Amino acid sequence: MQKNYEAVFIMTPVLSDQQMKEAVDKFKTVLTNGGAEIVHEENWGLKKLAYPVNHKSTGFYQLLQFKADPASIKKFEVELKRDERIIRWLTVSLDKHALEYAEKRIQRLNGQKQAQATEAAQEPKEQSNETSESNKEE
Amino acid sequence: MAEQSEIRYLTPPTVEIKKKKYCRFKKNGIKYIDYKDPEFLKKFLNEQGKILPRRLTGTSLKFQRKLSVAIKRARHLALLPYVTDLLK
Repeated sequence: MQKNYEAVFIMTPVLSDQQMKEAVDKFKTVLTNGGAEIVHEENWGLKKLAYPVNHKSTGFYQLLQFKADPASIKKFEVELKRDERIIRWLTVSLDKHALEYAEKRIQRLNGQKQAQATEAAQEPKEQSNETSESNKEE
Repeated sequence: MAEQSEIRYLTPPTVEIKKKKYCRFKKNGIKYIDYKDPEFLKKFLNEQGKILPRRLTGTSLKFQRKLSVAIKRARHLALLPYVTDLLK
């Protein structure tokens, strides 16, 4: 019987964007290997902390929403605890009201993304031109 | 009777009209309080970051309990401070 969970964790600000994505991927694979299904993920980027944690005043926030067996959560939390890149984490199980709220939140965020995509419809074309040029140079 | 009507007050007596407090979660049909939204949770904190009592906010007991859990989760994730001055 799978339950719905939501995990937020904070990574140290010393990581580069690439390293941060690697760390996120690592925990996603930990979850999927444990039989979990990732429903939603959100990167909040570098945020200021309300108080210093481990002598750091900023951190990368990452949110994962997933369906998993209750038994696999323990392993996931141990992995979070052992990783030095993680300075804080919180795993919460979602009840029916929380799930309803989370679905609405995902829809709202998707709506925002689409609006941004239509605004930036012209930009990808430019980028593709640039990439093609760089390919030629190589 | 004439004397009574001549009584004057130094400060005019103010008749307080009590506004009935209500639980905003019940009124707006909010069923889940999100710990990821610190700006919303700040409405229920005083300047030092303490949780305001029910007698001031009018929140029902059911949602005060949920609210306190949400605020404590937000504090753990450093979205809200545990102690501070001049939060607002």
